Amino acid sequence: MPLTTRTPLADPAWTGRVFWSLTALVVLWPLLVLAEFKPWVLFSPESLKPTLRFLGDFVPPKVEPQFLLLVARETWRTVAMATAGIALAIVFGIPLALVSVRSLSQSALRGRMDRLPAVVRLMVRWVLIVLRSVPELIWALVFVRVVGLGPTAGVFAIALTYTGMLGKVYGDILESSDVQPTQALLRNGSGRLQAFAYALLPQSAAELTSYTVYRWECAIRSSAVLGFVGAGGLGQLMDGSMKMFSGSEVSTILLVFVALVAFADQVSAWLRKALA
Amino acid sequence: MTRQLPPALFSARCRACWLMLAMLVLVVASFYSLELQWAKFLSMEALGKMGRFVAELLHPSLEPAFLRKLGFATLETLAMSAVGTLLACIAGFLLALPAARTHAADRARGRGAARMLLNALRSIPELVWAALLLISAGLGPLAGTLALALHTTGVLGRLMAESLENTAEAPAFALRLRGAGPVQVLLYATLPQVLPQLLSYTLYRWENNIRAAAVLGVVGAGGLGEMLAFHLGLFQMPQTSSVLLAMLVLVALVDGLSSWSRRVMAR
Repeated sequence: MPLTTRTPLADPAWTGRVFWSLTALVVLWPLLVLAEFKPWVLFSPESLKPTLRFLGDFVPPKVEPQFLLLVARETWRTVAMATAGIALAIVFGIPLALVSVRSLSQSALRGRMDRLPAVVRLMVRWVLIVLRSVPELIWALVFVRVVGLGPTAGVFAIALTYTGMLGKVYGDILESSDVQPTQALLRNGSGRLQAFAYALLPQSAAELTSYTVYRWECAIRSSAVLGFVGAGGLGQLMDGSMKMFSGSEVSTILLVFVALVAFADQVSAWLRKALA
Repeated sequence: MTRQLPPALFSARCRACWLMLAMLVLVVASFYSLELQWAKFLSMEALGKMGRFVAELLHPSLEPAFLRKLGFATLETLAMSAVGTLLACIAGFLLALPAARTHAADRARGRGAARMLLNALRSIPELVWAALLLISAGLGPLAGTLALALHTTGVLGRLMAESLENTAEAPAFALRLRGAGPVQVLLYATLPQVLPQLLSYTLYRWENNIRAAAVLGVVGAGGLGEMLAFHLGLFQMPQTSSVLLAMLVLVALVDGLSSWSRRVMAR
């Protein structure tokens, strides 16, 4: 074969690339239509003008002492909602996790677990999964109808969702640890709580605390958002300012919010290191 | 026989003890300052209301016309999450390039600025972005899509920058030594190494975004959440219940699919 007929720069995967790009476009098109993806709407004059006005208002953030005091109070409330919610979630999550852990079963020592304990463990696990899979925002939306506006709805919303999360993950962590010590204790006649305290807990205490602290950080982020459905905290303040188109207030709140998230991030990283 | 005393519950030298004490104080202060309405939450009236609410939720609306609307909203939610993630994948990658210092001689001038931008994008949740974007994008799925895209850009950009920085340097070095430009080095040395990881990050965020897109609508940004807020606001319980069920099924499906695929991949 003469060398001159070869085209040295041809891409051997060329046809495949074209095919997959075209397929991606064909799949993407209906998605773009469904999501009403028309970014040029952003630049139409009727939306550009209020946006620019709103953004222009951002620049000196509002720093009146009275407003700052309000922001500080709501910030504390956001943290407090997250903390109280997580505390409740720990209180409910630990017993549920303990019930669901298979390695603490006494009947399983003989071989197969009895029917009733197996069913109870499965049920508890399902309850935890359901609790976890309903987002806290939905719980908050529901609770606001029942108890009215305010932090109560937020705290219980966080408590429910995080009970599911903590309970399930606590259970997973405890089950993934070594079963030998637990079984040794159980076989020698210790109770299940004793086996938990002296065999399971020492193995996984560090992991459990670090996961809890991480979830506390997540709860702070979500409690700030819960305010948008009326559950108190920074979100509610921001919702109010947004409805009044007050850019300077929104920018103050956003700055505080970013600072709060960064602070929680740092504290949680530090705590996890200190407790490990 | 010597008996050891159990260790003291609190010792002034134990750092973890002080931390636990501080956390306990924080918890007590939180409960004290929030003035929770336990009585109201656990009162017969509230419990009755909850009971009635749950009872009403057990009768979802199954009218064909409504179900069609619900199916459409579900598709809209999926489309929002997919388009948002795709945009974020592209934007995140473009921002990750300046945010990563890939070799020692790389001056990476824009690194600080790009990292700051990514952090800012990431630390504002999707819902807040959606509420902010309502002003310029109006009610509807566009605001939700862009909100997802903005937040996810921050998350993905950071992860991508990290994995770009952690690639093995030898292939890039070999190419650079032979005079390849930065684009060629990226395409032929760095990208082939990190592509699977970037893809898995993106898929993982897509999974998160489906869940987020379902609730994003409560501020008016389209999808299932918008339907939920609408029907709950009008106290139309059968419809609300159907929407909630659809959300739960969607989230459960995504959860199941992801854990199944992870098991299959790990095998």
